Amino acid sequence: MSALVKSSLARKWVMALSGLFLVIFLTQHFVINITSVISPDTFNEWSHFMGYNPLVQFVAQPILIAGLIVHFAMGIILDFQNRKARPIKYANYAGGTNASWVSRNMIITGLVVLAFLGLHMYDFWVHEMTVKYIDVQPEDPTRYFHELQAKFVSPIRVGIYVVSFILLAMHLWHGFNSSFQSMGAKAINKGDGLRKFTYAWAVLIPAGFIFIALFHHFTHTH
Amino acid sequence: MKLTLKIWRQANANAKGKMVTYPLDGIDGDMSFLEMMDILNEELITKGEEPVEFDHDCREGICGSCNMMINGKPHGPQKLTTTCQLHMRKFNDGDTITIEPWRAAAFPVIKDLIVDRTAFDRIQQAGGYVSVNTSGNTQDANSIPIEKAKADEAFHSATCIGCGACVAACKNASAMLFTSAKVSQYSLLPQGEVEATTRVQNMVRQMDLEGFGNCTNTGACMIECPKGIKLENITRMNREYLKAETIG
Repeated sequence: MSALVKSSLARKWVMALSGLFLVIFLTQHFVINITSVISPDTFNEWSHFMGYNPLVQFVAQPILIAGLIVHFAMGIILDFQNRKARPIKYANYAGGTNASWVSRNMIITGLVVLAFLGLHMYDFWVHEMTVKYIDVQPEDPTRYFHELQAKFVSPIRVGIYVVSFILLAMHLWHGFNSSFQSMGAKAINKGDGLRKFTYAWAVLIPAGFIFIALFHHFTHTH
Repeated sequence: MKLTLKIWRQANANAKGKMVTYPLDGIDGDMSFLEMMDILNEELITKGEEPVEFDHDCREGICGSCNMMINGKPHGPQKLTTTCQLHMRKFNDGDTITIEPWRAAAFPVIKDLIVDRTAFDRIQQAGGYVSVNTSGNTQDANSIPIEKAKADEAFHSATCIGCGACVAACKNASAMLFTSAKVSQYSLLPQGEVEATTRVQNMVRQMDLEGFGNCTNTGACMIECPKGIKLENITRMNREYLKAETIG
């Protein structure tokens, strides 16, 4: 069992499992966010639940943060090890002819997503913590929709969101499908139904987030 | 055919290597790539220069020795073909061809284009076998009925010639395709099932010890493998390893 923790295969399992956990989280996040387009009241209600339910706050949120840290830290460790495995580079390397750009550059798309998460945490999580624990403002179940719209007024911020979600889509395009190979379920070029589902999900969910950002940018009432 | 060759030259394992350019004329399209290298070496010897060292043995695509990174691709531009089976008709008059050794920390250069691939031998020795009592009571392998599809799959995995093209092609210099093929060729058969747990554990441990990179599922290994070893082997090894380490 101790070998499991140290082995390269186990590290890939950790990447795959934490990645799949984040895929589930992203789906839940999207479902809540899309309500902001359909019904601001529902969005407020669900956001308030997520912001004040103790199970979400003190169980789900720490697990999510741990999952994020594990996924990013392991990704960086794996990339470091991979670079060490080829100390002298090829003078001529046709990597683009046998593997997709996204599969070869997960570290780039991943680091962009990490940088975006910094902004995202500053925008929403730091703000939320300030409201609840520093300013200790009274509970206001109606504030979330306006706070969301206020964040999407700036075209620069919306632009950063759009670019980040495009890169997230690229990351997911390879990552979601490839996680099943790492876990021994199917090869990346097999399992047509599941493969197509992962590709569709990788495009539709980030596209949905982009739509939400653009929708609020063009319809905000501030 | 007139060519410009850019070849990695390195005097020994400790020397600093560099790319050296050689013009070469009179190459026929029907020559194999290695015959082209032979002609270059004859010219170099005639001029009193050191010939380019490269590994080769069978020259019929089964020994896995003729390892060269040709224009950025292991074994060159033709799919499912080793360097020795590659013909110069795949190139054009006036082409510049870059020839490099496999690049991986686990495959150190010995000289010029020759790398030390004994890391693969050590992975194989760690578990790529079936223990058989050879004291005279050995059972005939054919006495155990095996499903045709499984036998074919095991045989396909066993066609891996251990050339290292998978490592060379992989952006991480990972040896997952080789190791998983060697795990699969036994684990698919009843004779190999007995030692399946320790085999996958020991071979993966040795693979990690050799300093190969981690698999990031790009699929480049399968595309460049001259024997068309499939990614399903990697999936199978991932599955078997987890089973071995958790259930036993």
